[in-house]
Amino acid sequence: MDRVSGSYDYFEHQADMGILGCGATLAEAFAQGARAMFDLMVELDRVQPLQRVAIECQGNDQAELFVEWLNRLLAEADIRRMAFSRFQVNRLTESHLQGLAWGESLDVGRHRPKTEVKAATYAMLFVGQEREQYVARCVVDL
Amino acid sequence: MDLKLLNLQREYEWVIPKAGAMIVPGKIFASQDLVEEMDHKVYEQVTNVACLPGIQRFSMAMPDAHWGYGFPIGGVAAFDPQDGGVVSVGGVGFDVNCGVRTLKTGLTWGDVQTKLKNLIDTLFAIVPAGMGSRGKISLSGSQIEDVLTKGSQWVVSHGYGTREDLEHTEDNGRVSGADPSAVSQLALKRERRQVGTLGSGNHYLEIQRVDQVYDAGVAEKFGLAVDDVAVTIHCGSRALGHQVGTDSLKLLAEASRKYGIPIRERELVCAPIDSPEGRKYFSAVNCAINYAFANRQVITHLVRLGFEKVLPKADIRMLYDIGHNTCKIEDHQINGQTKELYVHRKGATRAFGPSRTNLPPDYQEVGQPVIVGGTMGTPSYILVGTDYGEQVAFASVCHGAGRRMSRKKAKKTWRGERLIQELEARGIYVRGHSAAGLAEEAPGAYKDVTSVIDAIHQAGLASKVVRLEPKGCIKG
Repeated sequence: MDRVSGSYDYFEHQADMGILGCGATLAEAFAQGARAMFDLMVELDRVQPLQRVAIECQGNDQAELFVEWLNRLLAEADIRRMAFSRFQVNRLTESHLQGLAWGESLDVGRHRPKTEVKAATYAMLFVGQEREQYVARCVVDL
Repeated sequence: MDLKLLNLQREYEWVIPKAGAMIVPGKIFASQDLVEEMDHKVYEQVTNVACLPGIQRFSMAMPDAHWGYGFPIGGVAAFDPQDGGVVSVGGVGFDVNCGVRTLKTGLTWGDVQTKLKNLIDTLFAIVPAGMGSRGKISLSGSQIEDVLTKGSQWVVSHGYGTREDLEHTEDNGRVSGADPSAVSQLALKRERRQVGTLGSGNHYLEIQRVDQVYDAGVAEKFGLAVDDVAVTIHCGSRALGHQVGTDSLKLLAEASRKYGIPIRERELVCAPIDSPEGRKYFSAVNCAINYAFANRQVITHLVRLGFEKVLPKADIRMLYDIGHNTCKIEDHQINGQTKELYVHRKGATRAFGPSRTNLPPDYQEVGQPVIVGGTMGTPSYILVGTDYGEQVAFASVCHGAGRRMSRKKAKKTWRGERLIQELEARGIYVRGHSAAGLAEEAPGAYKDVTSVIDAIHQAGLASKVVRLEPKGCIKG
């Protein structure tokens, strides 16, 4: 498996949690944002990337697409009762995203679930360039 | 929050004067200390909500208000459809009809004390909770539709409760105007075996003891006395409700553009009540409201099974069930006229006073019970709605203590295992599905619930009836 570039972090929100993905491209920032979100839910390094799920979504702009990407991932993980640990965005235009997520069936004993994420929200939403890198951030409702 | 921005209208009522694009002034119900402690973001959010079309009288914040999504958490706003009023996702939240239900047990602390651990362990095994948990009920497609349209009434008709449970649930456990075709296929798919599950985060099931009675007369009407043991359930509409919120963000973002509604914060996207998008959103919300009622009703059934095993002489009866993430059609007086308004309560609780005619018969004389949850280490309160609250706050009060500290900071400050030991030393037995989740919910991460309740009581929005101290707690 190739190494994932970019990084993720969190920022403070009084009620919930802010997630932040960074990368050399916006696609990387989106993938890292997804890692940030799933790291709130499970022990990420305990989730094997055994099964691949394709994600496709539309939005009115790239900020909306970021929220939509995260929410689609939440829905897919929930419906399939899976945890995801690896993400890739292959195509990202102003209104359209195609990406992939890898993971496996949720194993409560092994993945040590933390907190359910209810939804990615428009609060503190930002997608764009900041200091030579691309960032995507928003608040998730826990 | 800077007090200089506010005018003290009367004790515990602070007004944000109308300025700029505000259609109405803002109002914060709180003590001076609580206002000073509030984030400036609450001021901004109350102000932004005050700019939404069709808002009536005031954009309000309760004493537990904190920074939310578009609306503050602890935010209340009522909109008139005749006046171009809107419905907004920010005013309801993602966990639609997240709420609390308190059950009386017919037992006193003396009956339960020696069996507490056994009881909590039994309930921990019976009530599914935590991430990815599934319930025991598998609903077919048409049964899901039945739950969405009939709520608690459907699950009770299938053996999960009593008629008395329904009478003591807000709206009798079923709101009308719930058309399942407004709910996406994705939301329906996500329902899979989640009815009767607690979830995670700040959701809980708690065994409590009445340790103080403030109003003996009302307490008697509510069937509560010192030393009584109660059970409180806090949870919402699960993934189906979350998906309704998520779907609606997109729907209402498009509607805001279509109808040219000026949006000062992206999360405040909304649609006119009287538009196809507004009607669709409100209908989907009503479906999720019914689902949450049904969810808490099935958990009530599981609680009864648990007590039957450990304390078979228990007689579990409903005190009340009330949502605190809702939008409801209600009659309110505006300038001496009765108007049908869409009241959004985001992290706020309905608190009908005795003059309302649609209360359960046994509460009609005194007003509606209001349940305000504390944390696993601090007390909860039962209050009663007042007619003054009806007049000044669209019959609304707070919903909890409100966070003081972010989850990020809380996780750095506390460790789940240690917290369990500390609470056990204080006689509170806690079982959780996630250590990290427990740390985020540490009692110290919340405001002092007592000062929030005192502000509500002093402001006259509701009156204190009894206090419940936590004895045992299950966290998702």
